[in-house]
Amino acid sequence: MKYNWNWGILWQTSIDGQNTWIMMLIHGLGWTLFAALCAGVIALLLGSVIGVVRTTDHKWLVRLGNAYVELFRNIPLLVQLFLWFFVIPELLPKAFGSAIKQMPPPWGSFVPAVIGLGLFTAARVAEQVRAGIQSLPRGQRMAGTALGLTQAQTYRHVLLPMAFRIIMPPLTSETMNLIKNTSVALTIGLVELTAAARSMQEFTFQVFEAFTAATVIYIIVNLVVVNLLRWLEKSVAVPGFIGPAAVGGGGH
Amino acid sequence: MGSFDFDVIARSLGYLFREGMVFTLTLTALAAVGGIVFGTLLAMMRLSSFKWLSLAATGYVNLMRSIPLLLVIFWFYFLVPYIGAWLTGAARPIHVGAFASSVITFTMFEAAYYSEIMRAGIQSIPRGQVWAGYALGLNYWQTMGTVVLPQAFRNMIPILLTQTIILFQDTSLVYVLSITDFLGAASKVAQRDSRLVEMYLFAALVYFIVSFGLSLLVKRLQQKIAIVR
Amino acid sequence: MAMIELKDVSKWYGSFQVLNGCTTSVEKGEVIVVCGPSGSGKSTLIKVVNALEPFQKGTIHVDGISVSDPKTDLPKLRSRVGMVFQHFELFPHLTITENLTLGQIKVLKRSEEEAKTRGLKYLDRVGLIEQKDKFPGQLSGGQQQRVAIARALSMDPICMLFDEPTSALDPEMINEVLDVMVGLAKEGMTMMVVTHEMGFARKVANRVIFMDRGQIVEDASKDDFFGKPRSERAQQFLAKILHN
Ligand SMILES: Nc1ncnc2c1ncn2[C@@H]1O[C@H](COP(=O)(O)OP(=O)(O)OP(=O)(O)O)[C@@H](O)[C@H]1O
Ligand SMILES: [Mg+2]
Repeated sequence: MKYNWNWGILWQTSIDGQNTWIMMLIHGLGWTLFAALCAGVIALLLGSVIGVVRTTDHKWLVRLGNAYVELFRNIPLLVQLFLWFFVIPELLPKAFGSAIKQMPPPWGSFVPAVIGLGLFTAARVAEQVRAGIQSLPRGQRMAGTALGLTQAQTYRHVLLPMAFRIIMPPLTSETMNLIKNTSVALTIGLVELTAAARSMQEFTFQVFEAFTAATVIYIIVNLVVVNLLRWLEKSVAVPGFIGPAAVGGGGH
Repeated sequence: MGSFDFDVIARSLGYLFREGMVFTLTLTALAAVGGIVFGTLLAMMRLSSFKWLSLAATGYVNLMRSIPLLLVIFWFYFLVPYIGAWLTGAARPIHVGAFASSVITFTMFEAAYYSEIMRAGIQSIPRGQVWAGYALGLNYWQTMGTVVLPQAFRNMIPILLTQTIILFQDTSLVYVLSITDFLGAASKVAQRDSRLVEMYLFAALVYFIVSFGLSLLVKRLQQKIAIVR
Repeated sequence: MAMIELKDVSKWYGSFQVLNGCTTSVEKGEVIVVCGPSGSGKSTLIKVVNALEPFQKGTIHVDGISVSDPKTDLPKLRSRVGMVFQHFELFPHLTITENLTLGQIKVLKRSEEEAKTRGLKYLDRVGLIEQKDKFPGQLSGGQQQRVAIARALSMDPICMLFDEPTSALDPEMINEVLDVMVGLAKEGMTMMVVTHEMGFARKVANRVIFMDRGQIVEDASKDDFFGKPRSERAQQFLAKILHN
């Protein structure tokens, strides 16, 4: 039994008639990274707010934050993207809904994908931020208060700077998860890297070249991002401070 | 806003659960068992003193963890028939059913994640326990099987279960192979009756109830274990 | 033939030498006490005897069998050498009875019943028969260590190794463990004991070994050792611990 390898396929013109297949894949990578970046910004901002809120002593705010995390953590990402893509436009006022549906490609898939990925990842970031803040010694908060700082100031100047440094390692793996999760958006029509490999496989029948190329690209992205974030982690490290053992985070 | 017809859910309940949910739960259970067994072996390989064994396992785990599950699903969907042909000596890629293909895919993929959990579990057992096992005359497999793994497994049960809840949610991705898992079933009804809103909301609700319910159980279990210690 | 025989044993962790040309032997029925400052290599010396740690130079024979020979059936050899650890190392997920029978069943291939009978006999001997169905976590440190001794004895060992068996215990529990050990010594068990309990050494030891920086600095009969140690380091060490 034999499989006919043909690596040259990567440099042949793809179905769009202009670009080679390898360029198609790199184009897909561009969408992967762009979607991950946009969703990452949403996730970091929203996730930080929710994470912080969950460590305050406003009872109902804490509950709201917890509810958010549980809601977005317990529905599969794929289903969440379907909700943003198929369901939400139907539930909005008609004019608004059809405006969304008529967005030109790829924005019609890109926007729901970014919102879905952003809100999903925000729940995970919120969990890390909460754990990071709660891993700080209680005395830190009291010391802030004792200095006369307001609660907001205590968070801004005392708690968050250390908490974010502590959760750098889990945030690094969340970043990788986000980049990988972007592939789920292919189900709502975003032609990111995995979708590009899939279409190359469908049109050329060179299954393993297509998937191997995509795999190699993902590995390279992985290495680059991990090292970039590790460098960032080191450059913001506080001399002489050895953080508590990294906060665990499961999942993909 | 259009009019909604939540009756469509009631009409398709049998199909959704007897076909869809049964597939999803069977796949989750088999992949969890397979993944934990294979993951434990991977963890033992990574911790072994044979360099090449440990390197091979590390490479496998890192590879699986750096590519998206969807790409892994596509990989195995096409690769398994070739491997099957190679194993059986057939001349052409053999036919592998959608179910078998998904079980293999998820077992292989989740094993990488389970192995990280089991590795942490094994490493959390004090060295003295291993010494005590060896000192009694137990060999490597006996020491692992009767002393180290039972303790590691027990300590890690909550995390293993949490990972299994994630696996349960991940199985929805077999949607891309047009398989009738729970989401696949919901999606088929949705397309047939043009009832996307109702069906996807219902699917979300069911996934939420199952996952959230299980995660509450895990939390209770965790508290119970914490008390026993 | 000596029961335990070490010849010129050296061991390195990377470039750090933990054992440096250690030579000594333990005759059948002898009780040897090993002492020395922290980090001097006492635990390592005990562990190389039943190959829990590998060593790079020299030879060790237990009952005439080489420990470092790749052809040696190590599990079998270890099953004949009883070992007691500083931190007890009972298996926390098994009951006391299961702790006592595990090795007998898996290694000596005894039937469950026979293993239980023997295990409980030794449990009775250390005075803990009524604890047989409990889990290790439910016992005090001193009780756990006595169970650990009973576990080792259930394997019918030809000699016993102890690594600071009382140093993790509260003072009021030390004697209950030492009493068991004294009893064993008086019955003629061959024992190699790392301990700083000089009372125990005075009572039952035949010889005392003093280690420092991986070397056996002194290897003398009990009376010589306590009378007038030759090395200055041993004198200082003795002065320090006898003072406390
Ligand atoms: N796995 C290891 N890797 C590197 N060095 C080690 C290792 N185990 C022990 N050592 C070093 O070897 C030396 C001897 O250790 P050992 O445990 O034998 O000392 P000890 O005499 O038993 O001390 P203590 O009275 O504290 O138990 C120590 O300096 C220790 O730091
Ligand atoms: Mg020691």
